[in-house]
Amino acid sequence: MKALPPNSLPVLLTPTRPALEPLPAFTTFVQSRALAIILVGGFILSCGISAALSAGATQPQPSILDVLLKWAPLIGGGFLFNIAVSIASMAIGTLSGVLLGLGQISPSRPIAKISWFLTQFFRNSPWLVLLFFVMFLLPFELKLGSLTLPLPAWFKAIIGLALPVMANVAEIVRGGIKSIPFSQWESAESLAFSRRQILWQIILPQAFKRMIPPWMNLYAILTMATTLISVVGIQDSMTLTKAALVAEGRLDLYLPFYTMLLLMFFAYCYPIARLTQSLERRVAVKF
Amino acid sequence: MMEPIARWFKWLSSTHGLNYSVFFDNYDQTLFLKGLQTTIFLSLACIFLSIMVGLIGAWLQGSRLRAARIGTAMFVQFFRNTPPLVQLAFFYYAVSSLLPTLTDQFGAQAPIINNLGWAIISFSLFAGAFNIEIFRSGIEAVPTAMTEAAESLGYTRFQIYRIVVVPIAFRICLPSLGNNLVNLVKTTTLAYAIGVPELLYASAQIWSEAMNVREMMVLLLITYVALVAVLVGLMQRWERSLRIPGYIA
Repeated sequence: MKALPPNSLPVLLTPTRPALEPLPAFTTFVQSRALAIILVGGFILSCGISAALSAGATQPQPSILDVLLKWAPLIGGGFLFNIAVSIASMAIGTLSGVLLGLGQISPSRPIAKISWFLTQFFRNSPWLVLLFFVMFLLPFELKLGSLTLPLPAWFKAIIGLALPVMANVAEIVRGGIKSIPFSQWESAESLAFSRRQILWQIILPQAFKRMIPPWMNLYAILTMATTLISVVGIQDSMTLTKAALVAEGRLDLYLPFYTMLLLMFFAYCYPIARLTQSLERRVAVKF
Repeated sequence: MMEPIARWFKWLSSTHGLNYSVFFDNYDQTLFLKGLQTTIFLSLACIFLSIMVGLIGAWLQGSRLRAARIGTAMFVQFFRNTPPLVQLAFFYYAVSSLLPTLTDQFGAQAPIINNLGWAIISFSLFAGAFNIEIFRSGIEAVPTAMTEAAESLGYTRFQIYRIVVVPIAFRICLPSLGNNLVNLVKTTTLAYAIGVPELLYASAQIWSEAMNVREMMVLLLITYVALVAVLVGLMQRWERSLRIPGYIA
């Protein structure tokens, strides 16, 4: 507390109460065993509800847990396929997105305009529609002279998911570069750096740190969006879950199976979200 | 009025092979417009309900009860970190199988909540989870001095929330709310997966009959970008009209 000037009235009520009362409880929760609680708790709950509902079954049938364990490897394999698709899409989307983002700040007006338009267009269209777009409009094989490259459905799906990722990465790159004070450009210019040198040696190394958290956030969103490929007929964890449920033909299995699928994604995406948060905080402190 | 447009698209179709049947075929047009209507209805219902979820959740997040805070945080984390498509399937197939069914006038068993209803519930909860976080950050940005002043004037916690905190917090978080609502409109396409006759579903019906995938795709993308643009424009106007001069930029 600051010392009071000699003639002022004494301050009776000082604002000492912490401003963000709910926050500590929230953050401690996030840092605690939340993951385990949700995973185990949700799972037991859904199994319990289903078991209670199927208690009245007339014929003896295998227990829910047995059925789940039987199908878990298959669905888990499908989930790994989702992850693989997400990594491939992220790689393609990031590479093209960085180019598009740099294009947006290009000194050439046409390039900047076109990059801006592409970014806005792909960012504001629904992911599923873009996926349909690519699945239907890319040919099933590509002819390069005498060379014929087949384009399998999974490859087209990767491209289809990479398009919105590209646009979002472009925005992240542009935002990161814009967040560096303009005076840095000017001072570097006055030190006779070329434009390329300024960008690669001064601006991007600083902006990079700020781009990482939103980029990771985007990756988590993409991983969750990979289930969309099941809608266009590619076999992923979602398709396999449906197939397993059809094969078993038991109504009481729906809840545990879909809960399992939800929790698989949760187990993968939640740690990423946590890491993103802590990185964000660290970046925020540094600058 | 529509006649010249229809004639022009017919001409385009016969001379250039670009079949925009939506503009001259009555059946396709009705299908498309119905789809557009469903998408708009779905979006508006979800926008309203998700904002409600966000307000209630943000209120619970600041509650004195530890259980309420933890429950809200679990809800938020769960819905934010799982795929919306699986959530939709979870509600439509799993939760719906647990609910009792109604007998309709033909004696058939019909679920209490149909696919459109589940889509609304599922997307509202999904977007609501994000809204809770957005509102919470807005509430945290309200100066403590204001709530203290209200407290000293004898306002109850609910009154402070309703009269002081929410109006200011709402203005602070409008930009991020706008972003989330845009995302919500884009998410409504997922309702295709459970057969809700929204824009994407209607378009799929059209292109499978008229064999004009390419044209429909272009039209579909333009329509969605236009819908999003309208929403963004409305949000900006709203932001401007809610602005308190000289207080929050």
